[in-house]
Amino acid sequence: MTNGSHTTHIFASGVWDDNPGLVQLLGLCPLLAVTTTLVNGLSLGLATMMVLGMSNLLVSASRRWIRSEIRIPMYVLIIASLVTCVELVFKAYFPALDRSLGIFIPLIVTNCTVVARAEVFASRNPVVPSVVDGLSMGLGFALLLTAIGTFRELLGGGTVFAHLDMLFGGEPFRGLMIADGGFLLALLPPGAFFSLALAVAAKNALDHRRRQHVGAIARQSMP
Amino acid sequence: MTEPSAWKSGVTLALLAAVCTALVALTWHLTAPRIAENEQAALERSLTPTLEDLLYDNNLTESEIVIPPPHELPGKEPVRVYRVWSGEQPVAAVFIVEEPGGYAGPIRLLVAVRYSGELTGVQVLAHRETPGLGDQIEPAKSDWLQQFVDASLSDPPRERWRVRRDGGSFDQITGATVTTRAVVRAVRLTLLYFEAHRDEIFAAEPNREAAE
Repeated sequence: MTNGSHTTHIFASGVWDDNPGLVQLLGLCPLLAVTTTLVNGLSLGLATMMVLGMSNLLVSASRRWIRSEIRIPMYVLIIASLVTCVELVFKAYFPALDRSLGIFIPLIVTNCTVVARAEVFASRNPVVPSVVDGLSMGLGFALLLTAIGTFRELLGGGTVFAHLDMLFGGEPFRGLMIADGGFLLALLPPGAFFSLALAVAAKNALDHRRRQHVGAIARQSMP
Repeated sequence: MTEPSAWKSGVTLALLAAVCTALVALTWHLTAPRIAENEQAALERSLTPTLEDLLYDNNLTESEIVIPPPHELPGKEPVRVYRVWSGEQPVAAVFIVEEPGGYAGPIRLLVAVRYSGELTGVQVLAHRETPGLGDQIEPAKSDWLQQFVDASLSDPPRERWRVRRDGGSFDQITGATVTTRAVVRAVRLTLLYFEAHRDEIFAAEPNREAAE
């Protein structure tokens, strides 16, 4: 396998095949709690992605000194420091988002995806693939959070892109009004579970169709 | 005998801890001034809307005093008060109170009272009420908070400072009686406190921390 296709493979695995939220079902606590709007989902997704990329970088770079009996404390130390840094950066540059996401930024420490990638991938692979893996897994998680956030915001409040100013600055933005009012259940915790279930089901259905399609082509090409 | 590998593990962890601490310290050093600036700006943004119609000339953040518990205000936390003057004339006081009786946790309120005892407004600074029900107290979602503007302990009379369901004068929000009851209670307690301690509040020295 050439290096290029290896990178593609890692990327596809993080974003789709082994998506931390859709397939591994990791990090569900933030996923269910913050995805009431597109902006919240996207922001926590980006923060998680930053932490994942950097933690994989540091774990991979220090993997020669990591002793197996103390590896978990080492991961925790690295991840906790990085999350604290990300939290400070949010407080300094995106104060509105920091208030909106609240405790869920510090809680990235407890997102199992981060420790899982450190243990499964970064501690056994060179720096570059590890960073690609961290960013891809983070991107997969961020895309899922954004998708669920968009879905719940649209269904629950009838808007999209509300409070976009919290991420990009500028005037307070109430969002694009698609419908007046909405289906409240989507914003409540059960709505989060339903949305995630729909997302997992949609992914499985797409994969199923793709497999059938590939199977059909394979059968056709047989002599 | 100590195991050499245990020593090695300990030293590795200690070194890593030092590196990580340095990383956090550096980030903190780079972001601290901006964070302080943001907090200041956020405070001013939340204070000014309730004071729009008033004439005043003092720096609000420098006028901060902290009322330590126990006090008769809502909650058991220290309460911050910002005093508003026009020259030597006291104009209003702004209380930041935390009402513990919300449906899903404390509700942080900003209560602005004129020297004469009428409210200039009430703002919700933070809450965790149910979306679609309790969150209707937010000014962006309904004008429920508007009914406090110009209200005082004599208008409506103090025994009518309850929601309608409890025989009072304030509208509740359907499906959010607990939330609205808590807010009305917090505002009433704050007004009672202001009535009893008004002159002390305006005579108090600003606390040093805020002035720095």
